[in-house]
Amino acid sequence: MTTTDPDTGFRALDATPMGYGSMRRKEDARFVRGKGRYLDDIVLPGMLHAAILRSPHAHARIVSIDTSAAEAHPRVRAVITGETLAGLGLAWMPTLSHDVQSVLATDKVRFQGQEVAFVVAEDRYSARDALALVDVEYDPLPAVIDAQHALDADAPVIRDDQEGRTDNHIFDWEAGDAAATDDVFARADVVSSCDMLYPRSHPAPMETCGSIASMDPVSGKLTVYTTTQAPHAHRTVYALVAGLPEHKIQIISPDIGGGFGNKVGIYPGYVCAVVGSIVTGAPVKWTEDRSENLMSTSFARDYHMRGEIAATHDGKLLGVRVTVLADHGAFNGTAQPSKMPAGLFHVFSGSYDLAAAHCAVTGVYTNKAPGGVAYACSFRITEAVYLIERLVDVLAHDQGWDPAELRRTNLLRSEQFPYTTALGWEYDSGDYPRTLATALDMAGYDELRAEQKQVRSAYERGESPMLMGIGLSFFTEAVGAGPRRTMDILGLGMADGAELRIHPTGKAVLRLSCMTQGQGHQTTFAQIVAEELGISPDDIEVVQGDTDQTPFGLGTYGSRSTPVSGAATAMVARKVRDRARIVAAAMLEVSPDDLEWEKGAFRVAGDPAAAATMNEIAMAAHSDLELPDDVEGHLDATCVYNPPNLTYPCGAYVCVVDVDTATGQVKVRRFVAVDDCGVRINPMVVEGQVHGGLADGIGMALMEVMAFDTDGNHLGASFMDYLLPTAMECPSWELGETVTPSPHHPIGAKGVGESATVGSPPAVTNAVLDAIRVRHADMPLTPAAVWRAVRGTPLRTDLAIG
Amino acid sequence: MEITVTVNGTGYTRDVEPRLLLVHFLRDTLGLTGTHWGCDTSNCGVCVAWLDETPVKTCTVLAVMADGHRVRTVEDLATGDTLDPVQQGFSDRHGLQCGFCTPGMLMTARRLLDDDPDPSEATIREAISGQICRCTGYENIVRSVRAAAEIERTADQEARA
Amino acid sequence: MQVPAQFEYERATSVAHAVELLTRYGPDSRLVAGGHSLIPMMKLRIAEPETLIDINDVAELTGIRLDGTELVLGAMARHADLLASPLAVEHFPILVDAERVIADPVVRNRGTVGGSLCQADPSEDLSAAFAAVHAVAVIEGADGRRQVPVREFHVGPYQTVVGDAEILVEIRVPVRPGGGSAYEKVERRVGDWSVAAAGAALWLDPTGVVTDAGIGLTAVGAAQFAAARAEEFLRGVPGSDDAFTEAGRIAAEDCRPVADQRGPVDYKRHLAGELTTRALRRAAARARGQEA
Repeated sequence: MTTTDPDTGFRALDATPMGYGSMRRKEDARFVRGKGRYLDDIVLPGMLHAAILRSPHAHARIVSIDTSAAEAHPRVRAVITGETLAGLGLAWMPTLSHDVQSVLATDKVRFQGQEVAFVVAEDRYSARDALALVDVEYDPLPAVIDAQHALDADAPVIRDDQEGRTDNHIFDWEAGDAAATDDVFARADVVSSCDMLYPRSHPAPMETCGSIASMDPVSGKLTVYTTTQAPHAHRTVYALVAGLPEHKIQIISPDIGGGFGNKVGIYPGYVCAVVGSIVTGAPVKWTEDRSENLMSTSFARDYHMRGEIAATHDGKLLGVRVTVLADHGAFNGTAQPSKMPAGLFHVFSGSYDLAAAHCAVTGVYTNKAPGGVAYACSFRITEAVYLIERLVDVLAHDQGWDPAELRRTNLLRSEQFPYTTALGWEYDSGDYPRTLATALDMAGYDELRAEQKQVRSAYERGESPMLMGIGLSFFTEAVGAGPRRTMDILGLGMADGAELRIHPTGKAVLRLSCMTQGQGHQTTFAQIVAEELGISPDDIEVVQGDTDQTPFGLGTYGSRSTPVSGAATAMVARKVRDRARIVAAAMLEVSPDDLEWEKGAFRVAGDPAAAATMNEIAMAAHSDLELPDDVEGHLDATCVYNPPNLTYPCGAYVCVVDVDTATGQVKVRRFVAVDDCGVRINPMVVEGQVHGGLADGIGMALMEVMAFDTDGNHLGASFMDYLLPTAMECPSWELGETVTPSPHHPIGAKGVGESATVGSPPAVTNAVLDAIRVRHADMPLTPAAVWRAVRGTPLRTDLAIG
Repeated sequence: MEITVTVNGTGYTRDVEPRLLLVHFLRDTLGLTGTHWGCDTSNCGVCVAWLDETPVKTCTVLAVMADGHRVRTVEDLATGDTLDPVQQGFSDRHGLQCGFCTPGMLMTARRLLDDDPDPSEATIREAISGQICRCTGYENIVRSVRAAAEIERTADQEARA
Repeated sequence: MQVPAQFEYERATSVAHAVELLTRYGPDSRLVAGGHSLIPMMKLRIAEPETLIDINDVAELTGIRLDGTELVLGAMARHADLLASPLAVEHFPILVDAERVIADPVVRNRGTVGGSLCQADPSEDLSAAFAAVHAVAVIEGADGRRQVPVREFHVGPYQTVVGDAEILVEIRVPVRPGGGSAYEKVERRVGDWSVAAAGAALWLDPTGVVTDAGIGLTAVGAAQFAAARAEEFLRGVPGSDDAFTEAGRIAAEDCRPVADQRGPVDYKRHLAGELTTRALRRAAARARGQEA
């Protein structure tokens, strides 16, 4: 049985479970000993080290680049510039969003921190030294920093590399039925609207991005060790970008120190490392420093939204509409299903039964780094959930309604599933009212409201500067991209392969395309096989992260591992079980139909003594046992899982904060999170995933932001300026669960990796604004922002504070 | 310049540049890659190891400053196959996910338990407040340290019985 | 990872040796104590000293002791030492309050009191705390020692009166009975530099009248990290909430904060006042023995 201490959560089971349960993670044996093998731990013979010279300007024309002094440095082996790359046709590379991106700048620099030159030296210190020896002359240009002015007639044109371009407009995209939505709004008794910014933030994994490229001049094989969440996608992109044959490219993703979407894309440094290796004939390692990570690699969010919500005057929600100005930076480089320029943002009707909804999204270029979809956002469902959950609270604020009651009366009911939303999504399952009720009950919602009233009285009597806030959010996630007919990356359908081989002694190896970055795949995927086949997880090796060793698949992001690769794992195990049945039938000399499966063995119906265990079956499958003519020997299988639909986990969150109105300081006192992610394979690991996401909510709502001054200087370019939550800001999380299995997933599981990151920011924001009774203020609610919000002069959080 | 540093009980004499950071001395010069680096500004704490008896951020200490001193890293915690109680606690209580901040957390936790065998939740949170974890939301790290304390108390009682 | 440029390294064994090394290597040499301000700046290559003189082995610079009626802090006392010092707890809780919010525990294990003061970052906490308690810096050079009140120690952001071939050796704080002190800081997150902070030291006579007051301000552009006019206002008036509110108002009026990502000017000015008032209240409670 799972041991749960009420006050201290899950503890690993003493014995390894034969399937699901809170087992200790297999990967921890190396991590707790300091024996993980991360990118920068890898040393190849003769390896060189690289560093990147970056633009100090947000927008400038490059007049000249003089590399002679750097090349004269005794330990420098190569200096690569945009000109070098242009000669190889590699100065620009395609993005994942139908655009191109500069690898090393040739004509202009378009954001501060953009890659200008790549220095390869014999050691990492010399590479850094040589950066100062590269002389670049810039002619600075006015920068486009405020997205709200990117489309002004007099705005400087950032992408003049594109012939005939006269503005900074990237795309217009819409979803939902505009006319039907307008109708609903016209009929509504009450409408609330609100402008809100989900500011630019960064995944900031503890390990930065990096790559070691090694081109074997004899075999022509390129090996790239790299921090990637999607090894197979990277291999295909390298093949397409560099024109190298795909079978001559091996991508190896070693242990990854956190990804959160930051390690999905291909960055200029990776491409330069490949070129560096080709030029020098030696392996080349490039690793980012923290500033480079924050300034240049995939940012997240940056959505300027104007939302409206319509309701009847007795509190029935009717519809939502939103216009979005999406700041995509200097190159359109979001990583998302390619047919969806706003990702999965159009699940913004949320968890409510709405008659109509519509969104119109406009993407613009600005002089900032490219990216946009990252940081555990489920392809922009963070923005969608923030929008709807803020709008519900704004409506409640405007009408004087209780936000819990407003949600409760409008949540989808369990009998409505499967439910097709006004925006076309088919939600698979859920029991939303029960999930919300569980959270409110755990939080003691009524008691909290009573306490809040008392605190406010003391405040109003002038006895205390303190106020208390209670914030709710109810989210529906949409994860497990995706059905290949609707979702692809660069034309690659989002289906995942799996290969399972049972060795003669009954041990097994499972090969997968997804890539753990701390989620515990080595453990949980072994548990899925164990549950299906009765082989201990200790006896199952899970292989990931090496394209020469694993089947094709699109990788780990968007919480898709369990929904897609997890399903593939269950399906491939069932294929093996089907084969095992035939082998067992031959062993026991009965018809396969006479066998009954009992975890780990087939038994003859009516004769329980006659049985074959998986161990015996595995050995027999490799032996001289006579098998039916159409049955191959051995015991293995492959499969490709194409998900029929996304999975739709949900959750109800309650956050309690104390706000010091005289200083603006916020203390998160409690956080109750009830998640429903269907069947839980390893409850301890699921709980850990939720914890991490809840901390993201504290970070996002209270401190994380990348703002820019009018010159385009990045004001969050180190961990002194880009603040991440510590143990002191996080409360002791209070977790609960409801379980509604996904009806279409083979084991009823739903993805959970990003649920809490998606669901928690509005809960924290709603709590702070509930405390100070302010209708809206943008994240992050730093002490200054809260103090200003109380005084009715809120800060614009994406720009420098003036 | 030539320095001698005793790392995990072994003396190492190496010729290094004065500017070599201690974290690079450990990782690149000695090949002890359990100590990681994560920022440039001594904010993240993934590089924490002990200088003599004290946890320090090794990205902000020069190797030459450790000349004549002792350094202890995560590689020194386990004895053969036997994990240190802090390692066992982190494993039992899921105190790590990607594992990148873990060595630093373990070294701080080890020092904390040496000084305070029964730390409160608040004490643990304060002790690790200069070390960022992006995966766990800290909850299970706190539980892991408490579990480690429990393991040590049980071991002590058994030793006395 | 960012790395420093090349430099020469010397290790001083005594204060005299350190001064000798500073003299020998000239103005492009720098002392390194804990290194937690200097080394990050060297990695960013904002600081590129030609020679680094390590004073971590100089035993005479360590320690926290009572010398007659003065609390003496060695320049190489680590932040963690001051935080744990029973003498500081007894005589100047303001220093303990401030230390508790300086950086983080691991940084405090290495960073030093003297290093922080000499770095002279306008957001650094000890400058204001020492200004509040009228501390005196003791500086040694080839010609011997000189004493400089902390309120005359800073000549600008990142600049102090310590000469090229001089070294800060200790900070002396006069201990006077009947006092209480406290430090109040607002930060965006634990471990961050101050948005604003205020330190107060207060001496009350038996009737509760303020006999002397010291107010230090961090990160709000206060002259010499102090609020002189507010201090003057308090002397001779009863130590009441109203008086502390008025002192806060005066302190806010006199500071000159600049806007940055920690906050706009109006907010920082407000904080200067609010935190001054709060620090005074707590200092008074401590002076009266009502609060630890």
